[in-house]
Amino acid sequence: MTHAQEHTSHTKLIWKVFGILSVITTVEVILGILKPDALHLTKLVGTSLLNIIFLVLTLVKAYYITWFFMHMADEKKSLRRAVVWTAIIYIVYLATLLLIEGSYINDVLGPLTKWNY
Amino acid sequence: MEATIATDTNGKVWSGGNNKPLGASYGKMMMWFFILSDALTFSGFLAAYGLMRFKFIDSWPIADEVFTHFPFLHGVHAPMYYVALMTFILIFSSVTMVLAVDAGHQMNKKKVTFYMLLTIVGGLIFLGSQAWEWKNFINGSYGAVQLNDGKIIQFVNSEGEQIALESFAKPLHSERVRHTKNNGLWFVAEPALPPFTVNEVIEGFKANPDITIRTEKINPDTKKKTIISRDKAMAYLSNAKAVVEGANLKVNEYGKTLFANFFFFITGFHGFHVFTGVLINIIIFFNVIIGTYERRGHYEMVEKVGLYWHFVDLVWVFVFTFFYLV
Repeated sequence: MTHAQEHTSHTKLIWKVFGILSVITTVEVILGILKPDALHLTKLVGTSLLNIIFLVLTLVKAYYITWFFMHMADEKKSLRRAVVWTAIIYIVYLATLLLIEGSYINDVLGPLTKWNY
Repeated sequence: MEATIATDTNGKVWSGGNNKPLGASYGKMMMWFFILSDALTFSGFLAAYGLMRFKFIDSWPIADEVFTHFPFLHGVHAPMYYVALMTFILIFSSVTMVLAVDAGHQMNKKKVTFYMLLTIVGGLIFLGSQAWEWKNFINGSYGAVQLNDGKIIQFVNSEGEQIALESFAKPLHSERVRHTKNNGLWFVAEPALPPFTVNEVIEGFKANPDITIRTEKINPDTKKKTIISRDKAMAYLSNAKAVVEGANLKVNEYGKTLFANFFFFITGFHGFHVFTGVLINIIIFFNVIIGTYERRGHYEMVEKVGLYWHFVDLVWVFVFTFFYLV
């Protein structure tokens, strides 16, 4: 019943994951403060390149938290898929629709907003 | 005591036999599915935030200009540093939680107790930090003027940096005093008046020739708020309705009120999760101390509450990205 690895300590792995998360957060904060024009003003799939980088780094962090802190890596594949795939599919679906809709509303209503007095 | 501790159950199996669906115990699996549903709830909120943000993409407040405070650095422009600190606190309390789970696997009661305690302390520090963040947001930093149509006008100096209302507003003698219950209508309350009236701000603006205004509109080429030249500024200010200091659910000196609404709602909902997480951690902490899990033979309960705690951290990672970075 009990897994063999349950009795060996994972402390080393935990600190390694903490290191990775810290480095990623630090990189995010530095980029967020500097906002280099080359990244911030370049457009890519509807937003700036910088935002895409933030999104990717966030997903990497989410992966490390889920897999190694929440021990998703040790769960059965069936449980892993039931949780992770459900979340990803629904979230991507909802976010895609709402963001496209938001840009559309902006396209229609944006020009009607009065900014000159 | 015996009944509540339930030492005789083999808590890792479902009550109806030995085959465990998806290879997880009942409690752990249900925790996973609760987390899934909660994750979808948070996604709904953040996606709604995304919808509104894309709807007003040309005039949304810039987070770097909103969250600029750091403890003991009064008046220093420190964007992001404080929230980065909060993120590290939460990640670190996640680490101590996973260390507690790890110690639980080795049945090391002393270590579990120690790491649970650190986790609780981390959670409390995070909650305090969030309260401080809210305080700064509610109190505001510069003050602004709201126009009749709800738009926010902020004041900048000749370098284009934002300046506070009190640095230029001209105090005029005003008859208007705050309505209080004891010398007015006893059933009508009035919130504190803004420190300046619209007139005082406009007079101060006229008296200081080197300041001008900026609108919420973001220049798409530079991604900065548009500064209006001084000769056109009075046309805006003649439409002024109210002086705004700080942010609340009705008005927000940094720009769109929706930004404040979503900020309060989403970080508040997350903070509520942290709060309940701390409570549950405290309960489990005392259970560890009195030896409940020692007698039960396994520390799976620590693992389950750990799942919830890591989830709270996971949500924060996304809140951090969408409110402060993107």
